[in-house]
Amino acid sequence: MNMIIKNKAIVADDWTVLRLQEQETPESVIVAAGKVIVPLKVWQAQRAALQDRKEIGVWLASDERPEELKGDIEKFSVIAVDFPKFSDGRGYSIAFNLRARLGYSGELRAIGDVLRDQLFYLQRVGFDAFAPRPDRKIEDVIKGLSDFSEVYQTSFDQKLPLFRRVQRKANEAASS
Amino acid sequence: MYRYDEYDQQIVDERVRQYRDQVRRRLSGELTEQEFLPLRLQNGLYMQIHGYMLRIAVPYGLISSQQMRMFAHIARKYDRGYGHFTTRQNIQFNWLKLQDTPDILADLASVQMHGIQTSGNCVRNITLDEFAGVAQDEVVDPRPYAEILRQWSTFHPEFAYLPRKFKIAISGGKEDRAAIYAHDIGLAAIKNAQGEVGFRVVVGGGLGRTPIIGSVICEFVPWQHILTYVESILRIYNQYGRRDNKYKARIKILVKALGIDEFRRQVEADWADLKDGPGTLTSEEINRVASFFADPAYETLPDHDSKLNEFKADSRSFSNWLSRNVKPHRIPGYAIVVLSLKKTGNAPGDATAEQMDFVADLADRYSFGELRITHKQNLVLADVRQKDLISLWQEASAQELTTPNIGMLTDIISCPGAEFCTLANARSIPLAKLIAERFENLDYLYDIGEITLNISGCVNACGQHHIGNIGITGVEKKDHDEWYQVSIGGAEGNDSSISKIIGPSFTFHQVPEVIERLIHVYLRERFEAESFIDTVRRVGHAPFKEHVYATDFAAQEDEAADKHVVLPAQYDVPYYSPRF
Ligand code: HEM
Ligand code: SF4
Repeated sequence: MNMIIKNKAIVADDWTVLRLQEQETPESVIVAAGKVIVPLKVWQAQRAALQDRKEIGVWLASDERPEELKGDIEKFSVIAVDFPKFSDGRGYSIAFNLRARLGYSGELRAIGDVLRDQLFYLQRVGFDAFAPRPDRKIEDVIKGLSDFSEVYQTSFDQKLPLFRRVQRKANEAASS
Repeated sequence: MYRYDEYDQQIVDERVRQYRDQVRRRLSGELTEQEFLPLRLQNGLYMQIHGYMLRIAVPYGLISSQQMRMFAHIARKYDRGYGHFTTRQNIQFNWLKLQDTPDILADLASVQMHGIQTSGNCVRNITLDEFAGVAQDEVVDPRPYAEILRQWSTFHPEFAYLPRKFKIAISGGKEDRAAIYAHDIGLAAIKNAQGEVGFRVVVGGGLGRTPIIGSVICEFVPWQHILTYVESILRIYNQYGRRDNKYKARIKILVKALGIDEFRRQVEADWADLKDGPGTLTSEEINRVASFFADPAYETLPDHDSKLNEFKADSRSFSNWLSRNVKPHRIPGYAIVVLSLKKTGNAPGDATAEQMDFVADLADRYSFGELRITHKQNLVLADVRQKDLISLWQEASAQELTTPNIGMLTDIISCPGAEFCTLANARSIPLAKLIAERFENLDYLYDIGEITLNISGCVNACGQHHIGNIGITGVEKKDHDEWYQVSIGGAEGNDSSISKIIGPSFTFHQVPEVIERLIHVYLRERFEAESFIDTVRRVGHAPFKEHVYATDFAAQEDEAADKHVVLPAQYDVPYYSPRF
């Protein structure tokens, strides 16, 4: 079974992520039984059959819009966002919009090129689950969650900016 | 100036720890270079010709004497005894070793400095009007907002992997001294008819391959909303900015593609959700931060010192310096002094460790212990008593920091160019030197008057050649020569414009003669006190172009050529980078 990071801990995970192979189409691909995270396009093409499953997940590519899931959000046990390259930062805004604008409160998982040094930022915008790149030691990757203990600005994890949360010192030497 | 509290210090210290571990993982092979690259870039570390180059943030150009001494220390201990001040008010060291960089960042953290977000596709160090807080024409002191935006953008989780770098500049005077129209976001701090403070927000300006003057997205964003408004701009850009082609990835391309009206619509739709939310600035916070920028203990002094006038009459060099390098201050009896890093023969923006220690000393004795770095690569002592100007001038002259050329033709802005930069097509610094030598005569220089000349070694435009009255760009290297395009008509400030190329390119040694010919046409065509840029705007390009190309250029004798391009000893590098 795969190991992922979920709610700040390393846990076993039995979801599989369906990625379309070259010759497959969203309409014709066969979605295996069990816990599958399907591409958005497959969800859209096979909605009628998939929506009655007890557990189904969906994943968004970095160029897809979370608004496409509007109205469906409640149906998913997990929504994943794919990072084709860790340097493609669109997934951060997708996550923020899913959480803050669409009100998604279930598991939000980062998949793809997910590495230690991005984890701190990823958790801030609303990801609570991470499937690190398979060649990385998950025990190392998880350390990325605690790189910093304080932040300045609001995001999904922290609703108040630092200046509204703590009493910060003014300049005592100010002459006027 | 702003001082860290325990929160700021903790964040920077944790960053050093994180970075130290990243370097360890890189050196042990755990991280590939490709994976390490964005991590080091976000700490300001580039790989350049001579090894690693570190760019250190000088937040909005303000620096204490203690911090300046730390630069001198780094220059001596880890580099070759000098540093390079950049047009974005930062400093770069060119000769570092990767293993040393965690210690350098730890040294910097001990004086509240870092290299965070000075590179990479994130929100970069914010630049500011270099006379903020002391300028006579100031409408709003923008410094507290610059600090608040610095904090907001530091490690912003959503905007660390943007399509491309993102540069914000802020001005606060009637005159824009921060080139806000040439930035991804430009903010002009203003007051509305009711006297309330806010910002005119300009978006989508930028130079590089596709120079574009920014467009106004909102005429007045009240100060409380500036963070959330900027956040919405960044969110739209992060989602829709192009990522398939790095030359088309800047926000200017997105704004152009959508049109400013559609871009505004999308931003304001996003913003509707954030407006008045918790990200809204509070007056407590702005007052708290503003307390760090409260006036220093100014004395009550008469304006115009009589000794000054006497001395001025006696010393032509002093009076030249006074009229070129000293600017009016909003407090009577005080003056703003610009220390020129543009002595002929100097690489624009370079300062030695000795000069850094020396200016730190000057700052302690004459200007409340603070300095500024200008986007024209000079240094500023912002709060000098007029009665100290004579002794300051004498002392600074001994360190060659008083060349009276601020705003003149030899106050050249130049990028590092081929000796330092892997992207260069041609050299910049030796060309700046060659031109400066040609126009060294002060009478001639003053007759020409206010003019800007900017040099970039390639199309990336680090020397901001598009907004120079005269712009020079290295375009290629062929036939054992470097070739440059010359353009005229660019300007920064309230009346920003992008320059236009005058015609086919020139060789390294032809460029000074080209400048001479351009100046000849200007002197011939100008009306009384008309400046170069005004003449270009009035008469157009044609007369300039005609004269420049009318006669051939004298053949350059090799020996004479080389005599001019010998760089100061510290460069100790071949004229051409190993790449050539
Ligand atoms: C030597 C290492 C440097 C490298 C590799 C480098 C690289 C670049 C690149 C690739 C661009 C174009 C970005 C784009 O169009 O998207 C750029 C722009 C720029 N850089 Fe540099 N740069 C270097 C040093 C400097 C220095 C020393 C300065 C200041 C003196 C500087 C200031 C700027 C400015 C003002 C721009 C133009 C702003 C804009 O793109 O709109 N850079 N740089
Ligand atoms: S303009 Fe070109 S040559 Fe000059 S520093 Fe920038 S990238 Fe290098």
